Amino acid sequence: MAPRVGTVVAVGVTRHIPAWLVGTALLCCSLAVLAGVLPDDRADALYHSYDGGGVEITGPSLMVLKKLGQNVAVNGNYYVDSISSASIDVVTSGASAYSEDRIEFSGGVDYLHGNSIMSLSFTNSSEDDYEANTAGFGISMDMFGNMTTVSMGYSRGWDTVMNNLDSTFSRDADRQNYKLGLTQVVTKDMLLELNYEGITDEGFLNNPYRSVRYLDPGGDSYSYESEIYPNTRTSNAVAIRSIYYLPYRAAVSGEYRFFDDTWGIDAHNLKFVYTHPLQGGWLLEGNYRYYTQNAADFYSDLFPFQGAQNFLARDKELSTFSSHTIGFKLSYDFIKNGWRSIDKGKINLAWDHILFDYDDFRDLRVVTPAPGDEPLYSFSADVVQLYVSIWF
Amino acid sequence: MRLCAFYLLLIALSLTGCSSIEPWVKPYERAHLADPIMNFDRDPVSGAYMTHVYQAREAARGAEGGHGGGCGCN
Repeated sequence: MAPRVGTVVAVGVTRHIPAWLVGTALLCCSLAVLAGVLPDDRADALYHSYDGGGVEITGPSLMVLKKLGQNVAVNGNYYVDSISSASIDVVTSGASAYSEDRIEFSGGVDYLHGNSIMSLSFTNSSEDDYEANTAGFGISMDMFGNMTTVSMGYSRGWDTVMNNLDSTFSRDADRQNYKLGLTQVVTKDMLLELNYEGITDEGFLNNPYRSVRYLDPGGDSYSYESEIYPNTRTSNAVAIRSIYYLPYRAAVSGEYRFFDDTWGIDAHNLKFVYTHPLQGGWLLEGNYRYYTQNAADFYSDLFPFQGAQNFLARDKELSTFSSHTIGFKLSYDFIKNGWRSIDKGKINLAWDHILFDYDDFRDLRVVTPAPGDEPLYSFSADVVQLYVSIWF
Repeated sequence: MRLCAFYLLLIALSLTGCSSIEPWVKPYERAHLADPIMNFDRDPVSGAYMTHVYQAREAARGAEGGHGGGCGCN
C-alpha cells in the first residue's frame, strides 16, 4: 500500500529503484569473479534494516549460486523491501504515513568458454504502483597472461509507473545501460579497477505523487503544484578503484567516482576500506565514504511563482547535498574446515551510519514568517545487515 | 557504435597474439592477490544492498564496480 487514498498530496519516500539497476547489480554479482573461472557454489541469507529520516525499511535477501557441470553456473536472488514511511516529504505534504512492500526476483546464467564468461540475467521488481522488468547480457575476458580482465555489459529495462490515487494512471519508462570494466594486476600486492557506465532513460521519470512549492502573490505564503521532469535523461559515471595488500595480512582499498548527467547534476564520491583479519577466524572491516552532488538545473526549494519553468523539481535527491558514511563489519568463520556438504560458513554483522546535509532543501516542519527562511534539512540513518554465507 | 568498435578491438587483440605479453607478476607470485580479503566485492549480496541504499537517496548512479576481474590467480 503506497499513499492512502484521500490524502491531499502523497509523496513517495524513496525513489523507485528501477529493476534494471538492481538487475545490473545482479549482473555485477554474477561477474564478480575472475573471468575464466566460474564462481564457487554459495548461498547467502541476509536481513537488512534501514532507519533514518522517518523511514524504516527492512527485509530479507536470499541468494543461491550453483554450478551445473564445468561450464555453467546459475544464480537466483529473492529480495524484499518492507517500507514504513513518515519521511519529511510525507509529513510536510499532509499525507498519512504509509507502508508498502517491494518484492524482487532475479535470475541469471553464467557460461564459461575458454577465458571468457558470458552472462544473462533477468529481474522483476513489483510494487502496487510500480512494475519493472530488466534483461541483461555481459561478457568478461581474461587477457595478457591473466594480468588483465575486461568486461562489458548491456541491460534494458521496461518500467510501468502507476498511481494509487488514480487507477487510470499508467506511464512507461524505458532504460538502457552500457558498462565497460577493466581490472589490472599492477604488482603482486595491488589491483586496479576502472569502470564506466552510461545510462539512458526515456519516458515518465518523475514521481507521480511529488510536488514543488511556489510563492503565492504577495510573497508571504506558498502553494504546491505537481513536479514536471524531462522525459529523457542520460548519465555517465567513471570510477577508479584500487586495493593493496599490506605486509601483515590486511588490505586497504580506495575508490573515486565521478558522475554527470544531462539534468546538470555532477557528483563525486570517495571511499576507503580497511580489512583486518584477526585470529580464530574473525575479520574486522572499517569504511568511510564521502559523497557530494550539485542540484539539477530544474530543481528549486521554492519557485518564485506558479509555472515558473517548463521543468520543475523539489525532490531532495536532486538538490545540492553531501553525505558522510562511517561503517564497520565483523565477520566470523563458523565453519572453517568443512561440515557435511558445507565447505565453509561465515556470519557477518555490518553497521553503517550515514549523515545527510542538504544545502538547498529546507525543513518545512518549521514555520517561519517568510517562506524560504526555514532551516536547511539534515538527517542521519543507520543501516544494519546481518547475514550468513555458506560455500558448498 | 563506440561499444561495437571497442568489442571488435578486444576480439582483435585476443586473436592477434597480444595474449602472449609476458606477465610481470608470475602466477606463483599471486598468493596475496588470491587472498579473499583482496576481493573488491567479497560479499555480493551485501554489496548489492548497499548500492541500493545509496542509489535510492543520491542522483548519481552507475560504475559501482564489482563486475569483472580479479587477480588472474586461479
